[in-house]
Amino acid sequence: MAGVVPKISFPSSPARISGFASPRRPTCKFTSLSRSTLSRASLSVRRASSASTISDTFSRLKEQGKVALIPFITAGDPDLSTTSEALKILDSSGSDLIELGVPYSDPLADGPVIQAAATRALENGTNFDGVISMLREVIPQLSCPISLFTYYNPILKRGVEKFMSTIEEVGVRGLVVPDVPLEENESLRKEAIKHNIELVLLSTPTTPPERMKEIARASEGFIYLVATVGVTGARASVNLEVQSLLQEIKEATPKPVAVGFGISKPEHVKQVAGWGADGVIVGSAFVKLLGEVKSSDEGLKQLETFTRSLKAALP
Amino acid sequence: MTASATLALGNPSLDLAKPLPSSFLGVWIHPQSGLLRRVGFASPSSGLAVSCTMTKEVTAVEASKYENPGFGLRPDSFGRFGRFGGKYVPETLMYALTELEEAFWALSKDEEFQRELEGILRDYVGRESPLYFAERLTEHYRRSDGQGPHIYLKREDLNHTGAHKINNAVAQALLAKRLGKKRIIAETGAGQHGVATATVCARFGLECIIYMGAQDMERQALNVFRMKLLGAEVRAVHSGTATLKDATSEAIRDWVTNVETTHYILGSVAGPHPYPMMVREFHAVIGKETRKQALEKWGGKPDVLVACVGGGSNAMGLFHEFVDDRDVRLVGVEAAGFGLDSGKHAATLTKGEVGVLHGAMSYLLQDDDGQIIEPHSISAGLDYPGVGPEHSYLKDIGRAEYFSVTDKQALEAFKQLSRLEGIIPALETSHALAYLEDLCPTLPDGSKVVVNCSGRGDKDVQTAIKHLHL
Repeated sequence: MAGVVPKISFPSSPARISGFASPRRPTCKFTSLSRSTLSRASLSVRRASSASTISDTFSRLKEQGKVALIPFITAGDPDLSTTSEALKILDSSGSDLIELGVPYSDPLADGPVIQAAATRALENGTNFDGVISMLREVIPQLSCPISLFTYYNPILKRGVEKFMSTIEEVGVRGLVVPDVPLEENESLRKEAIKHNIELVLLSTPTTPPERMKEIARASEGFIYLVATVGVTGARASVNLEVQSLLQEIKEATPKPVAVGFGISKPEHVKQVAGWGADGVIVGSAFVKLLGEVKSSDEGLKQLETFTRSLKAALP
Repeated sequence: MTASATLALGNPSLDLAKPLPSSFLGVWIHPQSGLLRRVGFASPSSGLAVSCTMTKEVTAVEASKYENPGFGLRPDSFGRFGRFGGKYVPETLMYALTELEEAFWALSKDEEFQRELEGILRDYVGRESPLYFAERLTEHYRRSDGQGPHIYLKREDLNHTGAHKINNAVAQALLAKRLGKKRIIAETGAGQHGVATATVCARFGLECIIYMGAQDMERQALNVFRMKLLGAEVRAVHSGTATLKDATSEAIRDWVTNVETTHYILGSVAGPHPYPMMVREFHAVIGKETRKQALEKWGGKPDVLVACVGGGSNAMGLFHEFVDDRDVRLVGVEAAGFGLDSGKHAATLTKGEVGVLHGAMSYLLQDDDGQIIEPHSISAGLDYPGVGPEHSYLKDIGRAEYFSVTDKQALEAFKQLSRLEGIIPALETSHALAYLEDLCPTLPDGSKVVVNCSGRGDKDVQTAIKHLHL
């Protein structure tokens, strides 16, 4: 096993010791052993330990020449127990990081699929405490890190400090807050750093180059490059601008960049990876599978197949 | 943009017969240090020209001359009023907001733009709106000893399209044209802002899409028809609670998707910076005219200003001029729906908590989980779970007072003004009028009360028919 991976220190955040407090776990998933030869025994050893940080995950993948597969699903759609199962399946089918959306009444950055998922989740009584309980139980069983995707108001309701300490306590590693731009994120960044949560920032095709560099400097874990001028939702093809945007960001920073919004098929994923992305985020396509099928079992089965097909398209 | 310039801003409105120039002419200095200052307008009686200098930094002397130590910056360069306001939007919109703010500043110094706007406000909108002495309403509130306040109505209901909303719509349409945007979107609750937007789009030849909650479309069918007749596309929003807050969310999503070709004409002093400031400035003509008219009519200032508060645009339009006049009371009236304890109301400033909605930090109605709850008011225009950040600020610093009245009380006031003055007010406006019941008995004899008659009630007759048994 390699020694401690030197952590890239970013000017705006204090240098952190990499590797965390968690014991180094056997990285069965990332060796040349194919997934089918993984034994149950090694899987259970993996589950007992906690996942690495997001930065470390990307570092490791980079060493191996791989691109991260990052699914997004909405917590509570169709219900929290399905979400819990889904997280396990996503984890064991090849995901490297999972974004979990906290359902919200007014999701400004989301298109119809994720909006509907949030509405369904809220209607069946999903709330933040429920999501946290679910995570407390399932995160120890997962090998890949979990990042939460939430709008700002639910964070404010609890208080930024309380929110961060709560999610840290259950093992969440990262956070994305789409309605808090650079200018407004001071208190989030402060508390995130204090609680070992990596605050991921977004850059979009309308972000001017100078601003994009500032965002890149301040983002932790990775930089979330939004592929479209728009809200979430599958598109027929990936915006060709993404290729040049990726180049621009990579010229400005060595930090990993993951591309999301609108990506829904293995072809898209392959294309974006080919352009140099360090990670690919797929949301609405997964959400549809879980929320718009007749039964949860059906949805979960399709989830596994879909995840594997996306993973197969990635280096 | 960074060149220094000396602008001598004369006050052309000394001729009292002419309408006042659009209020944001010369009101702001925009020093490159990013500090905003309010330049006090010379009072009409002094006849002095106000000269403003745009320099790289505001000198300490200038700063001390203009800053009101009590009230701080409204807003600061981040768009904050104290802790309220700001820009809580997806990153995709950030550049557009900066572009919008820069265009706003540029146009505030553009004399040709100012002249064009003034002309439209005068000849198309019908400004200035009268300040009307409500004789029989005053008589109604006169006490048995013959004492009581004098009640005046600022007749924004007489504007073209029947409400104050047009002031902002016209200015933003002109601004959009300057920005080269050909597609306009807007949200609407009661439909008045939607109608105003459709109106100006027709007038200026712009493509117009209005988002309206499906529930609201039902209760304001007249306005839906008007918008369509004016050439706008009205898109029903079914998501969430299908009311104003959902229409606003959907409009924001549209803007996120079409930001490069589209301008979003936000209808109130809510939303991300620069909207709360911009919309206030475009409505501030209401307060400016009121000051002038008050001087003409009774040689003084109003003692109390009363306005209904949904998002807060008509109230800010009336109040802004007088915020620095500490002897003028500012009273906002929200919707208490079925009652404050019923859980079915829209009294954001009374019952809300601070949070972020639609881009701004402000008071809002939310549940224990931080989800935005569906408010209720008989009036669609007040049925918003948030409120403009500047109102939140004025409440917190104690400069303005906020109360609320129920649907029932508003309907009573709706009937009362119709009967006493022959003016049918909008249900939104009726909330302000209803508060007079509590306010007038407490006021000394001869107090001058100005109520913003923010709209007329033709659009509300269907609702009234249902509730009033006449």
